[in-house]
Amino acid sequence: MTLSREGIAYRVAADLPEGSYVNLGIGIPSLIPSFLPDGREVVFHSENGILGVGPTAAPGEEDPDVVNASKEYVTLLPGSSVFDHALSFTMIRGGHITHAVIGAIEVAANGDLANWSVPGEKVPGVGGAMDLAFGIPNLFVAMTHVTSKGRPKILNACQCPLTAPRCVRRIYTDLAVIDITADGLLLREVAPGLDPAAVQAKTEAPLQIAAGCREMDVPATWSGVALRV
Amino acid sequence: MIDKTMASCREAVATVFDGARIMFGGFGDVGMPGQLIEALRDQGATDLVAISNGAGGGGYALGGLIQDGRVRKLMASFPSPRAAAFRERYLKGELELELIPQGTLVERIRAGGAGLGGFYTPTGAGTALAEGKEIRVIDGREYVFEGPLKADFAFIKAHRADRFGNLSFRRTMRNFNQIMATAATTVIVEVDEIVPAGGLSAEEIHTPGIFIDRVVAVARHPQLFQPRKPGGAA
Repeated sequence: MTLSREGIAYRVAADLPEGSYVNLGIGIPSLIPSFLPDGREVVFHSENGILGVGPTAAPGEEDPDVVNASKEYVTLLPGSSVFDHALSFTMIRGGHITHAVIGAIEVAANGDLANWSVPGEKVPGVGGAMDLAFGIPNLFVAMTHVTSKGRPKILNACQCPLTAPRCVRRIYTDLAVIDITADGLLLREVAPGLDPAAVQAKTEAPLQIAAGCREMDVPATWSGVALRV
Repeated sequence: MIDKTMASCREAVATVFDGARIMFGGFGDVGMPGQLIEALRDQGATDLVAISNGAGGGGYALGGLIQDGRVRKLMASFPSPRAAAFRERYLKGELELELIPQGTLVERIRAGGAGLGGFYTPTGAGTALAEGKEIRVIDGREYVFEGPLKADFAFIKAHRADRFGNLSFRRTMRNFNQIMATAATTVIVEVDEIVPAGGLSAEEIHTPGIFIDRVVAVARHPQLFQPRKPGGAA
């Protein structure tokens, strides 16, 4: 068994603390708000100047002046605030946003992150990725464990241009939850039915197995959405 | 009597000259002064240096200026894959790109507007975007020196204005607009509505008129509202 994209989002959502201020990247991270446990109050930040981002606007109810960082039309929750880019990046770079969940092309065993450019890419774009990677104290990566061609994305050293060195704290994938520690990668959880050897087989960098390493607590479905595949 | 209002976008952009450096506000279409930029396309100034978060889209506004071959250099954080006009010119080598992390871009503009000589940021240290830049270790961490950015013109968008140039923004329109308004010699604003003096209370003025030179009210271009679907692939 492995997790679906929604399953990864579900597992990350369980770890966002009550009262945290969280920036979400595009892709799998954007699915996280749907899976917050009941009663958990988390404030979502969008780099273009929102604290308190709500769900995507219903069709026909979009406000042309309310978008998130992916330029999707979203809503503002009660208690939300809007502000300019300088204040928004003060929140990011200044360490005020406590958590960020982002996608990655590669993550190295020492926490190096590559998520903004692949070698040979002809038109580069960095956006806010570097400011997030340098500024957020709890930087989580949510991604598939291997590329679409089956190549490991958790490596001894990144091959793609770095977004920031030594910045990732934890990696959530369809196969595992892995912490990045001063001693390297620590395998904390595996997908239901997998064993650590199966995760290591798809990970280039060596994994240490945490005492108490266990299966992820992710149900097969949630509100009709398949979390395992 | 102070009156910064203008009758048309055409009049508002008339003094832009060849080779000008122009800041364009907006984040995607939100807070993007599309009709001022369209007026600039008609006005004809060329060899421009554009400072903007993105590179615009296809044939409208900044994307249109780029498509017309009027932009010599773009300083931006995210020329997205959808920036068709930029992509075509850039790949032909007809346009120079200075890629700047988003937080660094806005802070460089802030420094320019605030009269500062630059700043040190951790963003980029140890990456390709810090190559050739001064590095300084502060409290044990590496920081990159980044200089101020100023411009000859800023084109910005706000929701409401009065004749003093006081501006009020709606929802997420502020993005780069508020900061760019401080950093250019001539600041030109497109707004949805001009209200009588006193029509904006002191508390709802987000950008004081001291920063603003020209204001023009135009109805929104219907082309700008294009809802997209959420949850795209990473």
